[in-house]
Amino acid sequence: MIVGKQKPLDEIWEMIKGYKKVLVFGCNTCVAVCHEGGNKEAEILASLLRMKATQEGVEIQINDSGIERQCEHEYFEKAREIIGEHDAVLSIACGAGIQFLGEKFPETIILPGLNTTFIGVVDAPGEFTERCLMCGDCILHLTGGICPIARCSKSIMNGPCGGSENGVCEVNPEVPCGWQLIYDRLKGQGRLELLDQVIPAKNWITSRDGGPRKQVRADLADIKEATDGGAD
Amino acid sequence: MAEQTNLERVFNEGKFAVTGELGPKRGVDVEHLLKMAEMMKPFCDAFNITDNQTAVVRQSSIGTGILIKSKLDMDPVVQIVSRDRNRLAIQADVLGAAAHGLGNVLCLSGDHQTLGNHPGAKNVHDIDSIQMLAGLKGMTEGKFMNGDDIEGEPPHLFLGAAINPFGHPMEFRVTRLAKKAAAGAQFVQSQPVFAMDVFKKYMADVVNRGINEKCHVMAGIIPMKSIMMGKYMRDKVAGVMVPDEKIERLQKAADQFTEKADRIKAVREEAVKISVEEIRQCIEIPGVHGVHIMAVAWEEIIPEIVKRAELDKSRPDYKK
Repeated sequence: MIVGKQKPLDEIWEMIKGYKKVLVFGCNTCVAVCHEGGNKEAEILASLLRMKATQEGVEIQINDSGIERQCEHEYFEKAREIIGEHDAVLSIACGAGIQFLGEKFPETIILPGLNTTFIGVVDAPGEFTERCLMCGDCILHLTGGICPIARCSKSIMNGPCGGSENGVCEVNPEVPCGWQLIYDRLKGQGRLELLDQVIPAKNWITSRDGGPRKQVRADLADIKEATDGGAD
Repeated sequence: MAEQTNLERVFNEGKFAVTGELGPKRGVDVEHLLKMAEMMKPFCDAFNITDNQTAVVRQSSIGTGILIKSKLDMDPVVQIVSRDRNRLAIQADVLGAAAHGLGNVLCLSGDHQTLGNHPGAKNVHDIDSIQMLAGLKGMTEGKFMNGDDIEGEPPHLFLGAAINPFGHPMEFRVTRLAKKAAAGAQFVQSQPVFAMDVFKKYMADVVNRGINEKCHVMAGIIPMKSIMMGKYMRDKVAGVMVPDEKIERLQKAADQFTEKADRIKAVREEAVKISVEEIRQCIEIPGVHGVHIMAVAWEEIIPEIVKRAELDKSRPDYKK
């Protein structure tokens, strides 16, 4: 899932303090799982900002709302009215959700209340860690199911580098060495011979390096056109 | 066909090679570097020029390499890290280097930028060091990494890489060297071999697998200028192994004296002894074809170490 982290309150305050009526707008899917951008967090953030406004002596009306997902057309319908009533919307969705909100309401000022951090997993309660860099050309079958691009600090594809010591990365002792993890996994599976081969230079065209990405499922697009006459 | 590099010649003649290392300045001044280079020249066959070493911005390795080649007729080993350049830049820079007669290229991934002085920089790592070796080997055969033909004569390169017999997982380290050799490494330089037992074991495996027949292994030597430096390497530098016994030797040397200047002198003398011992031990290890002396901030000690190890007599005849 997409993991995010709310921006510091002071940074948010600097963004919103010039507006009269601000809506804090949650997204209740991915970023709700990490307790940073859901509708409940929108409610809490709004009340913190109201307190801040009182402290600062600034007159500003701050409300909160949210929808299930800010990355799909259909969920916005029920929020159309409330969004229209505000002069700025502080979205705490991921970067995609925030932008999509802006596309839906091009007249409205859209502000980011959350930093999108990574695609990751819930390692332990309250602990989220990165797993995938969305390179668009998965090689997990070659590396024991552990991604060297995401898990190695240098994205080395024929690791480990010389900085691997006691299972941790030279960059930060809190970070496990991705290649030690790969080695251990393959050793456990009796498949170390996979590491004898040099993995050739990657074609990054499927990654962001090929430019902003888009994918189309023609079959689904046809169905949608036939049933509702096109996209919103 | 371009000439072989001096380092290549030394290996081809079956001699035990010695390389040194020069770190370019963080500015345009070259006086100090040229002074150090000239002083080291009679004692080494080739000289590594670091590439933004420790992820700190310095004069470029190729620029400095051209400088010592043109001004002093020294043989540089140009380091290239994959951290700062993508495959376009690496290939372009290597062509530029080769056009200036620089042939030794050491392919590295480089220290992570967060450990250096521009921690907010974006890293590249388009290709890793092994993929760089494979790409540059292809260039020597007349092909760019995309398969296109190189115009005219292909560059003559003598390709190197780094090895760390002390990094983890240790049992994978010889395989990693085998991959580097298979990708195109003709020589490798190791991290400092303070932990001689570990290095000997590593080399036995290298010889057993016959890797030394296609790739020259050079053992890294770092003279410990101070006890503090030794402890720092032991405790703080990932992948460097310094046995306590060697630090204790430095400590013992210092403890013979009370005056600070005497203590410093005694530590340095002991450090030189340790380095010379290490070199002598390496000469005896099957499969080791040379030493790479990294006298960090202590370049002036290189002549002394090389002389005491009795490696100075065979040093290069550049007029050859």
